[in-house]
Parts: sequence; C-alpha cells; structure tokens
Amino acid sequence: MKKKALSVLMTAAIAAATVVGTAASAFAADTVKIGVYEPASGDNGAGGKQETLGIQYANSLTPTVEIDGTEYNVELDIVDNESSTDKGPSAASTLVSDGVSIVLGSYGSGVSIAASDIFKDGGVPAMGVTCTNPQVTQGNTHYFRICFLDPFQGTVLANFAQDNFEAKKAYILTKLGDDYSAGLGHYFKKAFEELGGEVVEETFPDGNSDFTSYITSAKNAEADVFFAPVSTEAAALIIEQAAAQGMEMPLLAGDTWDSNVILNAAKGKDVQIYVTTFYQEGGNPEFDEGMKEYVNSDSTAKANNGGDDTIAAVSAMGFDAYYVALEALKAAGSPDPAKVNEALWDVTYEGVCGKVEFDDENGDAIRDTAYVKTANTETGAWDFVGEQGVK
Amino acid sequence: MEWFSRNLPYLLAGISVGGQYALIAIGYTMVYGILRLINFAHGDIFMVAGLIMVYLSASLPVYVAIPIVLVATVVIGFLVERVAYKPLRQAPRMSIMISAIGVSYLLQNLALYITGGLAQQYPSIPWISDTIQVFGATTKRVTVITPVLTIVLVIALVILIKHTKIGMAMRAASKDFETSQLMGIKINSVISMTFIIGSFLAAVASLLYFSNYTGVVPTSGAMPGLKAFVAAVFGGIGSIPGAVIGAFIIGICENIIKGMGLTTFSDAFTFALLIVILIAKPTGLFGEKATDKV
Repeated sequence: MKKKALSVLMTAAIAAATVVGTAASAFAADTVKIGVYEPASGDNGAGGKQETLGIQYANSLTPTVEIDGTEYNVELDIVDNESSTDKGPSAASTLVSDGVSIVLGSYGSGVSIAASDIFKDGGVPAMGVTCTNPQVTQGNTHYFRICFLDPFQGTVLANFAQDNFEAKKAYILTKLGDDYSAGLGHYFKKAFEELGGEVVEETFPDGNSDFTSYITSAKNAEADVFFAPVSTEAAALIIEQAAAQGMEMPLLAGDTWDSNVILNAAKGKDVQIYVTTFYQEGGNPEFDEGMKEYVNSDSTAKANNGGDDTIAAVSAMGFDAYYVALEALKAAGSPDPAKVNEALWDVTYEGVCGKVEFDDENGDAIRDTAYVKTANTETGAWDFVGEQGVK
Repeated sequence: MEWFSRNLPYLLAGISVGGQYALIAIGYTMVYGILRLINFAHGDIFMVAGLIMVYLSASLPVYVAIPIVLVATVVIGFLVERVAYKPLRQAPRMSIMISAIGVSYLLQNLALYITGGLAQQYPSIPWISDTIQVFGATTKRVTVITPVLTIVLVIALVILIKHTKIGMAMRAASKDFETSQLMGIKINSVISMTFIIGSFLAAVASLLYFSNYTGVVPTSGAMPGLKAFVAAVFGGIGSIPGAVIGAFIIGICENIIKGMGLTTFSDAFTFALLIVILIAKPTGLFGEKATDKV
C-alpha cells in the first residue's frame, strides 16, 4: 500500500511540474520575446555563456523597443541546448512554443544546423551569432548570421600560417562528428594545400581527454603548425599536454579559442597560440568599459564569464546581435515572426564588431577581415597581432 | 634508436593510462566478485573525486587537500552502497543494477549543477605534475609514477586479500554469499570494506588521471569508467590480476592504434576487442568458470 501511495505521489509530482512549466509561458501583451538558443553546459558551455552575457548586457542597456508606435518590453527567453545535437532541437521547440519573434544563436554550428528545421517549421527566423559553418544558412531563408564563415576563416588561417611561420606542413586535429570542427579543418586544409603546403589530418572521438599520442604524432610528422579547431574544453587539455610534452610548433585555431579558458590554460606555460576572431578588446572602449562593469557588478555574470572580466569576442558579437534583432523588429513594424523574417534581409547595423549587412543569397553577413590574436602566457591576456585578409 | 624515441611516447602514454584504468577496474571487479553487481556509479565516483580536488585545492594547500580527497571519496563510496544498494540486497539483481545507473546519473547531474556545466581546471600537484625527460621523450612525472604506484597498490591489495581476516571474509563471500553469512561473517562490513577499497583506488586513479588530463567535466568519469569496465570483463570479472592486466593491455593498444594513425578507430578498437575476447573466451582471461547470469 505504501508503495502504491508512493507511485501515485510521484506521478502527481511529474504532472505538477509539467503544468507549472506550461503556465510560465503565459505573458503580458506588450512584451516581445527574443529567444536565446545557446549552450550553457557541455563542450561549448563556456563559450555559449559568454555569448549569452553579451546579449544580456545589451538587453540591460536597452530593455525596450518601439515597434510601430508602441513601446514593447523585450524579454529574453534563454534555453540551454547543452552543446548537443540531439538535445538542441527540444530546446528549440521550447522557444517556438513560447512564441518568440526571433531567435539568436547558437554558439556552435552543429547545434544550429540541428535546430534549423524546428525554427523553419515554427515560422521563426533565427540569427546565428558566431556559428561559422556555411551549412547553417545554406539553402534556407530563415537562418541569418552576423559573423564570417569558415571557408573565409580557414583561408585566413592558412594564409597566416604561411606568411608568419613559413609553414610547409600542417597537422590538423578535428573532433569526430562535430560540424564546426570538421568544416573548419576541411577549409583550412583546402586553402593550405592550394598555397602549396602539405597536411596531416587526424580526428579524436567525443569524450577523449588523452591527447598525448596526437601531440607525439604531430611532432613525428615534423609539422610546422598544429591546427586544432576544437571546443575550448578539448583545447585546454591540448594546451596542457602540448606544454607537458615540450611541443615547440605554434598552435593555431579559429574563433572558438578566443576565450579566457584558453588564456587560463596557457598562462605560465611554454606554448604559442594564435587565433582568428571577430573582435579585439580595445576596439570599442565604450563597449569594453560598460561590459566590464556589467560583468563585475554581478557574481553570476562573472562566473559565467569564466571568473574574470576579459571580454570575449563572442560577447561583443552577442551584443551586436541583440541590436540587429531590435532593428529587424523595428523594420518589421510588428512582433510577428514572419514579418521579422522578411524585414531581416534589408537590415543594416553599425555594431562594435563592424558593419552588419546581409547578402541576398543565404543571409550571411558580408565580412572581409578577421583579427588575429596571440595568447600572452605571462600576463594571461590576448595580444593583438594584426588584421588578416585573404590573398 | 631513432624509431624507439619516436614511438616511446605512445608506449608511455599507454602504460600510464593503463595503470589508471587498472585502479578503476579493481573497484568494478571486486564489487562484482562479492555482490555480482556491476557498479555503474563507479566511474562517476572517480569523477567526483576529481571535482572535490578542484574545489578543495582552491582554498587548501595540496598536501592537505589530497588526504581529504581520499577520505571524502571513500565516504561517498560507502554512503552510496549504504543508501542505494543495501536496502535492495534482497531485491532481484536487476533492481540493484538500475539503482546503480540511477546513482550514476544523480552524481553526473549534481556535478553539472555545481560546476554549471563548465570544465574545471585540475590543480597541478607539485612534483608529480613536473615535466621530465625519459629517454628523450618529454612527459609529466605522473606518467612514470602511475604504473609503479598501480603495481604497489595491487600487491598491497593482494596481500590484504590473501593474508588478513577481512580478506579471508571477502574471499569467502565471493565464493558463497549465503553460506559465509551462516558461518558468522558480518557480510555488511565485508561489502562496505569492498566499496571503501574500490573508492579509495578510484580516488588515487583520479589524482593520477586528472594530473595528466587536466579538465574535469561531469561526464569525465564515463569514458574511463567504461574502459575500466571493459578491462575488468576482459581480464575476467571478479579477478584482480585479470583486471590489472586487462587495463594495461587496453591502455597500451589504444595508444598504439593512435600512433599508427588510425585515430578514428581507437575507441572502436577497444570495444571490438571486448567482443572478440568474449566470443573466444566468454569468462575473460582469468575468469572463473561460473555459470550464473549477469
């Protein structure tokens, strides 16, 4: 009898939780919702949280928007896609059923691609903030993006490797089953080979934390650069183990590595790290100052930023994305997702990371330069190397 | 010599990670030997030990933190058994296994809640995290310490099992659970002791493993746990030397496969090996010829 009572109680508890969940989605009429589809846990949790922070900071500065003469409160609807392509879609469905007007995100191309159809079926436009894989926007009219793409980024990195290190041979390490990692690795390889270089490619499976053998292989291959477009979590392990094994070749990576996770891992170690990125701290002093203040004013925000007030490029991009979304809402003249989608094509915005303007084909931002930074292992900060374009 | 120094790092990595798998595998194999239970939460106890170290070392010096980590992990292992397994001792074996899976997810999700899902940087322990040269290969000192420490601990464990009273009780319980109870063995303290030893070794393994691979995430225990379990089955579950040898074989093979450039298949290989061994020798390398079902 006791057991039966227990099972009834448990069923009731689950049912109650569901009801509470549904009830929360009722909202006031003069609110417009912007969905934030970002990872807060898993491989890309650190980066996703920083991107969300940028969006939240922008929201704290501009919490309202005037659409067609009416003042709307902007509410951020933040969900966690857990960096996982099988959990992402259900987080995306939550946003669609909550009735958001536009979705921002995600950090990580794989999860963005996975959720694309959910947004399409729900009739909600989405705007990628820092997902760089071409497939995110290719062949659809609802997914936009404000950052540069991997074919561009891969070529930039290949040019950089050959210009600065006279690299003849590159070792490429990517993660199996990760669209971003495989994609960027592929474009780098293509560009590097076109420039007359030679590459050695290897992959590692999900959940791997032992990179010593990969580093040994890179050394044995006598590569000049080690290219690892991987998540920051794997990156921290690679840096640590590369330093422990006395690897002398420089580590190169894409936008993901522009994070204080990397700085903390590299601090005090004998490694060289170069990354391409969207924004260089100091590019817009006003934004830097405000963002730092925002991060320092709240202990949760600081923890989400990795425990210090270094400004990640993804935060700056999130900040811009929020304002682009507001521009789209204004241009649409209505919080209706379909109208926002139509209006997005013609939105232009001058953000802290440069001008945002979408092309007519896929809705990708038109960008032609990337910033290159290197990790200063003494001070634990990024040093600016230069702007790099494509030859 | 050239060939040797090029390939030595693979072998070193293999022996070191093999030793760490071995320490975890002993926990699986001992619990199985006595309770016929596959303790799915064991890998997560290993991960929790890593997290405790991360948080303790933030405020305490390392030489104080390490003993606390060992004690705290043992306490957690002991509590898990008392809370989640002991009440189910008379229940069908499947229920206790599901309970183990439940504990595993509970620990993972607690860790997710506490860490916020971000990777925690493991502190570097002085001396064992230092970089050293071994025959021209650069590595951390922990790589060299691991196999030695593993063998010392295993020998100590074998002596404990062969020559002490509690060891004798353990052997009796693993031979025949019910009869040993009738003979006056305090079965609960024997089982607790098993979990204490297993958790202690998992804590030692976590110190060694995370010193080498310095990121702790809530799922950090999953892969090493799974591989250690494979090692335990491979060596013949229930047998301690079997688990140790199995773990070294898996660790070394895995790294040699990576060294051959077949990186994509290094995990697939580990599990294919399990299948082949089980087809050829269903009880594993040193397994007992018992005919009961898991």
